[in-house]
Amino acid sequence: MTLTHYLVLSGILFSVGSATVLLRRNAIIAFMGVELMLNATNLALVTFSRMHGELTGQVLAFFVMVVAAAEVVVGLAIIVAIFRTRRSASIDDVNLLKS
Amino acid sequence: MHTLTSVADGLVPAVTLATETVSPVGETVSGGIFAVAPLLVGLPLASAAILLLLGRRADRWGHWLGVLASGGAFVVGLLTFLRILDRPADERVLDVHLGTWIDAGAFHLDAGMRLDPLSLTFVLLVTFVGTLIHVYSVAYMDHDADRRRFFAYLNLFVAAMLVLVLADSFLLLFVGWEGVGLASYLLIGFWNHHMPYAVAAKKAFVANRIGDVGLLIAMGLMFAHFGALDFATVLDDPGAHASEGTLTAIGLMLLLAACGKSAQFPLQSWLGDAMAGPTPVSALIHAATMVTAGVYLIVRSGGVFEAAPTAQLVVVIIGAITLLFGAIVGCAKDDIKKALAASTMSQIGYMVLAAGLGPIGYAFAIFHLVTHGFFKAGMFLGAGSVMHGMDDQVDMRRFGGLAPYMKITWITFMMGWLAILGIPPFAGFFSKDKIIEAAFIPTDGAQWRAWVFGTVTLLGAGITAFYMSRLFFMTFEGERRWTTKKDGSEQHPHESPALMTWPMIILAVGSVGLGLVLSLGGRFVGWLEPVTGHAEHGEPVLPAWLLIALTLTVVIAGLVLAWRRYAVSTVPVVPPLGTSLTRAARVDLYQDAVNDAVLVEPGQHLTRSLVYADHAVVDGGVKGLAHSTVGLGSLLRRAQTGYVRTYAATMLGGLLVLLVVVLVVQS
Amino acid sequence: MSALVAGATELAAGALPAVSGLLPRAVDSAGDPSTAEAVLFWVLAPIMVIAAFGLLFARKAVHAALCVILVMISLAFLYVTQGAVFLGVVQVVVYTGAIMMLFLFVLMLVGVSSADSLVETIRGQRWIGWLAGLGLLVVLAGVIGTATYPDPVGLGTANESTNPRGIAHLIFGQYVFAMEVVGALLVTAALGALVFTHRRRLTPRLGQRERADARVRAGQTLAPLPAPGVYAKHNAMDVPALDPYGRPITSSVPRVLRVRGQEADAAEYAARIDRVIAGKSAVERGALGYEEQHQTPPPQADPAGASVGAPQIGDAVAGVDASAPDSEEGK
Repeated sequence: MTLTHYLVLSGILFSVGSATVLLRRNAIIAFMGVELMLNATNLALVTFSRMHGELTGQVLAFFVMVVAAAEVVVGLAIIVAIFRTRRSASIDDVNLLKS
Repeated sequence: MHTLTSVADGLVPAVTLATETVSPVGETVSGGIFAVAPLLVGLPLASAAILLLLGRRADRWGHWLGVLASGGAFVVGLLTFLRILDRPADERVLDVHLGTWIDAGAFHLDAGMRLDPLSLTFVLLVTFVGTLIHVYSVAYMDHDADRRRFFAYLNLFVAAMLVLVLADSFLLLFVGWEGVGLASYLLIGFWNHHMPYAVAAKKAFVANRIGDVGLLIAMGLMFAHFGALDFATVLDDPGAHASEGTLTAIGLMLLLAACGKSAQFPLQSWLGDAMAGPTPVSALIHAATMVTAGVYLIVRSGGVFEAAPTAQLVVVIIGAITLLFGAIVGCAKDDIKKALAASTMSQIGYMVLAAGLGPIGYAFAIFHLVTHGFFKAGMFLGAGSVMHGMDDQVDMRRFGGLAPYMKITWITFMMGWLAILGIPPFAGFFSKDKIIEAAFIPTDGAQWRAWVFGTVTLLGAGITAFYMSRLFFMTFEGERRWTTKKDGSEQHPHESPALMTWPMIILAVGSVGLGLVLSLGGRFVGWLEPVTGHAEHGEPVLPAWLLIALTLTVVIAGLVLAWRRYAVSTVPVVPPLGTSLTRAARVDLYQDAVNDAVLVEPGQHLTRSLVYADHAVVDGGVKGLAHSTVGLGSLLRRAQTGYVRTYAATMLGGLLVLLVVVLVVQS
Repeated sequence: MSALVAGATELAAGALPAVSGLLPRAVDSAGDPSTAEAVLFWVLAPIMVIAAFGLLFARKAVHAALCVILVMISLAFLYVTQGAVFLGVVQVVVYTGAIMMLFLFVLMLVGVSSADSLVETIRGQRWIGWLAGLGLLVVLAGVIGTATYPDPVGLGTANESTNPRGIAHLIFGQYVFAMEVVGALLVTAALGALVFTHRRRLTPRLGQRERADARVRAGQTLAPLPAPGVYAKHNAMDVPALDPYGRPITSSVPRVLRVRGQEADAAEYAARIDRVIAGKSAVERGALGYEEQHQTPPPQADPAGASVGAPQIGDAVAGVDASAPDSEEGK
């Protein structure tokens, strides 16, 4: 096995995450898909870090985690707010921008 | 007269006549009675504003405020007149400077008032006749719910007319010119809930607009060639500043303006319809004052016309045509007010003709204007009185034998009738006869002009005698041809109240004596001389006594003819078919038809085609663009489903495309 | 932040020998994975992919969340294997410990039972989703396949003074500004979440005092309702309590029983108690019907009730007895 396997794994996870975002209607699950994509990216970053012998990739992955945390906080707050007003966690119900 | 002047001085403290000569034409004055001269305009204008702004709250006393404002303007005008009369003849042209109006680069225009014999003559005429008609209207409009509004408009008219005649520049004159047009429009359409009246008002307004365009063009030409619009600059030797061709153009444009305002050929069609307004309006605006503004304009711009003989000739021709036109139309009209309107048209034709004769005719034009203002206003008021007594009937074929029932109206009307006929010693004799005499004087040695225009005026006098007598006899003499009232009850003709008869009596007195008083010793001509200039008195082609005799002969002939046809014999209640000329005259010699065919319909076609072009080309382009934008938008709108997942799919698709592109480019 | 990092560093430093002991010695490897690492990878990778698909297909959101947690923990293992010890710990602490717990919280809040139907509502979205996912996979595979990689250097030199220290040097050195910005972002996000979930009060807050006041104003019972079945013999739920006058209090029986009509006959029980106390037989006293009168205060004219200061049971029964004929007539 080589380090490329990690990258392939990362690609698979990323693709599955993106498919989740596209296919799942539950806002929380779609959101988890986004988290999965971020994690896949982090895996790639860590792999590259090892490949190049530099810690910068890991630092970037760290920042990604922090930003993801912030994103999750706000995103879940939005989901909660929407659920309060519309009694639904489906992202298809949030189409008020249209018409 | 001296005592009155002292009284005038006493009224206004601190009389300091700081006279300062600025131009050979006028003298700038301030202080004294001339300082209150702006009140001439200010009083009626303020009254109009108060009446219009207060609205229904002023209903109870508004009409008296209107009378007071008009009367006040008359008093101020009279005091100014006396003060000017006090001055030597060559110092009677005064300019009252009111302040800078327009100061735009090279163009500088002051607002000011020109007080000279000509403007003061108009001021006195307008305010005096105006005040009488105000008083008359108090009674005439008694039953109208909108009497206050009527008086507001009347005051507005008086103010605008005074601005017109007192202006010291063409631009300020134009302000008054438009003001009277507006007042005329408002008053013709005073009963605008009645569709034909509203249409008549619009017609008058539009016809006047055509004339106004002429005045605007004339002003543009003046500004281009003189760089100024004030009378002092423009009229002081205009030949030195502009070529004769230019002056002819200016003169013709001024004539167009005069034609519009004074209902001269070919813009005369509105005057007959303007009779839709209340009768006092017809008397004041469409007989005595506003319609004579054209004559005023021509006389005032005499300097321009004198330098442009061609324009002058056109003025005379227009006057002659209108004179005959009005007279012929007047013979066929059965509506008493329309017959009077035709007569007005014809008489103003006389004035315009006289004004076109040059300095020799100016004074007579204004003289006839003043006397006409009296007797025509008197006759209109008389017609109003008849209508008042006859339940608003205007068809003369439904009058007849009214003399015993309304004696004051009958007698005052008779005075006006005799005056317009030119029977000595009534006012019309002195004014009209002079015009006929002047028309017979050859201009520039051209004998044919004297013969042609002299004959036209003579003929006009005869026709005038016929149709005015017809009007008089059909109304007051002969057998009764009354119908029942609108409500079905019997007609009970009655004399009008004192508020209506007294103005008629005063105007009748003027119709009788004014001509004699003013013409004695050439008083009026001498009074106007500072403005009109001294006229070389040429010799008519026929002796003066023969002309007077001829005139009287045709007048008597016309009168007798009318007597035989309308007083002695029976007047048919239903208008007979008549000759083709009569039928043509009944419809204003097809003037409306001609206007429709020549101007209105081509204009409508033009506008329709323009509208079509606008719709098809301009709008088509704009709308096409809009539609294509909308179409594109609705296509793109499909992409905007509002679903987050669709957007996410789009983003991911974009990412995919980008990656593929990178891959392809890299490899 | 720095305290956190310091804590994490110490934690990692402390945990490192243990973790290193458990895992294959891949951390020190120069670049190419060792066999042990390969084994770990091949064990974990299928689990992760399956778990990821679990997220994609799970009908219940909680299952999906658990799948994601599984993926994340596995990822933490892979991080540590790849020499990113600090990140591995942070992955566990932050992702699985905080973020996923937040997800679960929200799931509980929104409702775990809201099973997500897999039936697609947007036309074509399913195909688009699958195509996009597959396409991405293919393209990513293509990218990974076509890219040329340098010889793996490994983190041996970079991690010389332990991995957390190396990262700390970078974060608080070269990237200190980015770190501050990200910190500000976190604070802002927290504030934003507060703002989002804040609900403005439409009505004034109802506290204990307000509720009590409202009760008094409405004239309701202030004290708790009496408990049913106060008798030594019959303290069942369907037996009404008796008031001091010996009359049954209907409201002491639970409303449900009353609606169902399963209430015991109060009068009968009252009478039976009377008999027990007074030693008389029920037959002598006859049937009593007090049901309708339990709420009315005792009649003022009642001589026995009025004359006695401290009510005795017998008096109460006498009072009841005296008022009985009236109630009979009232019926």
